[in-house]
Amino acid sequence: MIPEAIDWRPGAQLEVLRLRARMLAGIRDFFSRRGVLEVTTPVISAAGATDPNLDSFRVSPPDLSGPHSYLQTSPEFPMKRLLAAGAGSIYQICPVFRWGEFGSRHNPEFTLIEWYRPQFGMDQMMIELIDLVASLLPADKFRGPAVRISYQDLFKTHLGIDPLSASGEDLQVCARDWGLGVVPGLETKDRDVWLDLLISHCIEPRLDHSVPTFVHGYPASQAALARLDPDNPRLAQRFELYLGGMELANGYHELADAEALAARFAADNATRRNRGLAPIPVDVRLLAAVSDGMPDCIGVALGFDRLVMLAADLESVDQAMAFSMRRA
Amino acid sequence: MASYSTSEFRGGLKIMLDGDPCAIIENEFVKPGKGQAFNRVKIRNLLTGRVIERTFKSNESVEAADVMDTEMQYLYSDGEFWHFMHPETYEQVTAGAAALGDGAKWLKEQDACQVTLWNGEPISVTPPNHVTLVVTQTDPGVRGDTSSGGNKPATLETGAVIRVPLFIEIDDVLRVDTRTGEYVSRVKE
Repeated sequence: MIPEAIDWRPGAQLEVLRLRARMLAGIRDFFSRRGVLEVTTPVISAAGATDPNLDSFRVSPPDLSGPHSYLQTSPEFPMKRLLAAGAGSIYQICPVFRWGEFGSRHNPEFTLIEWYRPQFGMDQMMIELIDLVASLLPADKFRGPAVRISYQDLFKTHLGIDPLSASGEDLQVCARDWGLGVVPGLETKDRDVWLDLLISHCIEPRLDHSVPTFVHGYPASQAALARLDPDNPRLAQRFELYLGGMELANGYHELADAEALAARFAADNATRRNRGLAPIPVDVRLLAAVSDGMPDCIGVALGFDRLVMLAADLESVDQAMAFSMRRA
Repeated sequence: MASYSTSEFRGGLKIMLDGDPCAIIENEFVKPGKGQAFNRVKIRNLLTGRVIERTFKSNESVEAADVMDTEMQYLYSDGEFWHFMHPETYEQVTAGAAALGDGAKWLKEQDACQVTLWNGEPISVTPPNHVTLVVTQTDPGVRGDTSSGGNKPATLETGAVIRVPLFIEIDDVLRVDTRTGEYVSRVKE
């Protein structure tokens, strides 16, 4: 029997899929001209991301026996092993998977452009990121030069509060003033969650949509896998790029100290246990590689589907890909 | 007690919020670069009709509201309450003025309405999208009168007053859209 009235069509118009293809070719051309090597690493691996805010899909053997594996939430671990092996500047365009992330700007499976530049500084990497984005977007979607603002100044400017020194109570009062007082399950002491709430609900929508904005100098508590600023250990050497009211990319001065990396993975898994989440096996090959010596480098992850949304003026990421999760 | 995780949130889902049954209108997933994910939700309070915005941490659970939409037949009003009957079980329910709201003026006995029940009690009644009602009072239309924009008021058998074209007369049967309160057509007897 052939079912009727089933919506089998792609979410993206064919014209958008042609634009996607041109943009992918443009990215490869951009990196090829700059001598950055394209690499392919496995999407399935035995270890996964420990970040408590990321949910990895688990992959089981057909009979559900034996150890399971994980679909990557980003290709960073194997790419860092290639860096440690001396690969030099590398990039990858690949699918990544984050369970539960579904909305107008999120799909659990999406395409990431990730690249690493040994010996680059944060400034150089921000410039290269803007060069790449500018080469992919129509001129009217993008008004330069890019603005740079620290995380601290961003909060001071938009909300009149210092994100580094404010207490959980202060942040909660600030959220209440902005109409966000009641958030079930959010405790006063969860400073970082209040910061996440404020930046995503109160600040992000107010950033100039046509001017690329770099936010840098994140609190050390939100360092993820970035280094702490040697001159000010309250800050992490991490940046995010916003454009069109969306977060497009994030970049790290990559932590290359194996001991410190292992400590962050352990802290992540402790947080997971506290939240009742299963701990994730730590990538011991990554730790061994970093311990053998990973070059000083900057890494950036850029969301490709959101770039397509911007380039084609689309409301939803479902319109930027052939088949989003609900059509797959 | 049944509950929903934020990952199940979608338009139409009925949840309890601050002790009141509510319906989700819109659900938007919001997540900063590396941090906590949230669901920003637009919600209608089904008792007051008020629409509010609320933010939840993703993966939090919320109590489900035992709210059911049921097709029921309108029987009669005793002036204070409106009485409805389930067409198959013949079970009857009684709704007050608050549940009826503006919809009361379209109700004709035997019409099928959508009755929203919370824990078995009616909290809102939606009349059919289109009803057929008899004109009980309207002035004769004056040909060539353009000051009224080519229409005039008419009172219907239920007491509702709507704007109708000038050619409509007393005892005409009209089809009316209850969502807009507008005249649709004259129905041939």
